Amino acid sequence: MKSEISNEQKIYLQNIQKRKYWILVAQISLLLLLLFIWEVSVEKEYLNGFIFSSPSRVIQCFYSMLKDQSIFLHVGITLLETMISFLLIMFLTVAAGVLLWWFQTLADILDPYLVVLNSLPKSALAPILIVWLGNNMKTIIITSISIAVFGSILNLYNGFMKVDPERLMLIRTLGGTKTDCLRLAVIPSCIPLFISLMKVSIGLSLVGVIIGEFLAARAGLGYLIIYGSQVFKMDWVMMSIIILCLIAMLLYKLLHILEKYAVKNM
Amino acid sequence: MAYALSLKNISYTYHSIHQETLALSNVSFDVKSGEFVAVVGPSGCGKSTLLHLIANLLPLDTGEIFINGYPLAISKEKVGYMLQKDQLLPWKTIYQNVILGLKIQKMKQPDKLERVNHLLAAYGLADFKNSYPNQLSGGMRQRAALIRTLALSPDILLLDEPFSALDYQTRLNVSNDIGTILKKEKKTALLVTHDLSEAISMADRVIVLSKRPGTVKSQVKIQLSCEEKTPQNARNSVEFRDYFNQLWREINEV
Repeated sequence: MKSEISNEQKIYLQNIQKRKYWILVAQISLLLLLLFIWEVSVEKEYLNGFIFSSPSRVIQCFYSMLKDQSIFLHVGITLLETMISFLLIMFLTVAAGVLLWWFQTLADILDPYLVVLNSLPKSALAPILIVWLGNNMKTIIITSISIAVFGSILNLYNGFMKVDPERLMLIRTLGGTKTDCLRLAVIPSCIPLFISLMKVSIGLSLVGVIIGEFLAARAGLGYLIIYGSQVFKMDWVMMSIIILCLIAMLLYKLLHILEKYAVKNM
Repeated sequence: MAYALSLKNISYTYHSIHQETLALSNVSFDVKSGEFVAVVGPSGCGKSTLLHLIANLLPLDTGEIFINGYPLAISKEKVGYMLQKDQLLPWKTIYQNVILGLKIQKMKQPDKLERVNHLLAAYGLADFKNSYPNQLSGGMRQRAALIRTLALSPDILLLDEPFSALDYQTRLNVSNDIGTILKKEKKTALLVTHDLSEAISMADRVIVLSKRPGTVKSQVKIQLSCEEKTPQNARNSVEFRDYFNQLWREINEV
C-alpha cells in the first residue's frame, strides 16, 4: 500500500465516498416515499384498498402466511423450480455450444432453427406443453428452459466462434489437438461471456417459472398471483410480487459475487 | 550430411469462392543446421504461407519438404513456431504459459521443467514466473513466447514476423535479445519479415521472394566485418548499408 497520499487525493476519495453514500440514502428514501404514498392514499381512500392493497395489508398477509407456514411452500417451490431450470439451461448451453463448435456443418444446418426458436415468443408454447406433459412441475421447468436456452446457446456459440484464430493456431503450433484447442483456448476465453449469460439466464428462468406457474401449478408465487387475482385477494398478489422482486435481486447479487470471485481467480 | 531443412519445388494455391490465388510457385531452398535464414519479400508474397507449410499447419499441394533428410510427414524432428503476436494466455501465469507446450504434449518430466526454469532465469524472467502477461512489457512477453517455443526443444525454429507488433524501440531491443538467444542455443531458424534491416542484422543468409506468386528471386549471404555478430553490432557495421541497398533493389525490381 502507498502510505503517502496527497491532500487533493484524500479530498477526491472522500468525495467519491460521499457520493456513494448519498446515492444509497436517496435510493432507500425513494423506496420509503413510494411505500408511504401508497399507504397514505389507501388510508385516505384516494385508492381502493380492496383492489390496490397497501403496505400494511401486505405485511399482515405475510405475517399470517408465515404463521401457518404456507409462505415457505410457495417461495420454496418457486425457488426450487427456478434453480432446476437455471442449472439445466446452463448445462444445455455448454453442451450445445461445444457440439456446434465441434461440428461446424451441424451448426450451419441448425442455424435457421435456432434463430426462429430464439425469436419465437415462448409463452406461446406453454399451453401446448400443458397438454403434452400435464399440469405439473415438469411443464413449468420445461417452459422456463425453453424461454432462456436458445438465446443462451446462440450467444455462447457466437462467443466460441469469435475466439482469436491466432490463439487456436498457437495451440496447434504447440502440437495440440482440437480437444486441446477447446480445453485450453476456447472455453477459458469465454468464461466472462458465460458468466454474463448466467446473469441473463437466471432472470429469464424466473420469468419462465412464473409463466409456467400461471398456467400449471397448485403452489408457488406465480400460482399465488394468478389465484389471488381471480378471487380478489390482492394482498396475496402484491405480496408475491414484492417477494419476487426480492428473489430477483438476491439471485442477481449471488451471481455478481460469483463473477467478482471468478474475475479475481482468472 | 542432410540439410536441416530442405524445400523442393513448393507451390501452393488458396481457394475462395471468388477466385483462386497462386501464393507460392516452385519455391526451393535449403537451410543448414545452425544457420539463421531470413525470408523477405513484398507483402502478400506468401511468406507466412511458407512457414505454415513447414509447420504442417497447411496441407502440402505440390513439392516436398525434408527435415534432416526425412519427408515432413514422417520426420520426428520438431518444428517450433513463433507467431506475430505473443499470444500468451492472459488467464495463466508466465510459468504456466511457457510450459503450455510441454503440458499439451504430456512431457512434463523434471529435466524438461528444469530446462524451462533455466531459460527463464537466463533471459531475465525468473522474477516474473508467477506474474500474469498483462503485468509484463511487450519485450518481456515476446521473450516469454520464445521460451514457450524453446521449451519443446525444437530442431528448427520458424519466426513469423515476431517483432512486428512491437513499437520501434522495443523491437530493436527484442530482436537483439532474441537474435543473441538463438545464436547461443545454436538453433536453426527461419525468420519471415518485411523489415530489411531486421533481416540483415539477424540472419546469416537472406532469401528474397518475388511478388505473388512468390518464387525465390535471389539469395544473399550476409558477411559482416564486425567482431561478434549480434543484431546490434550488425546494424553498426560498414557493410550494412550496402546489403540494405542491394536487397532494396532486389525487392523493388520488376
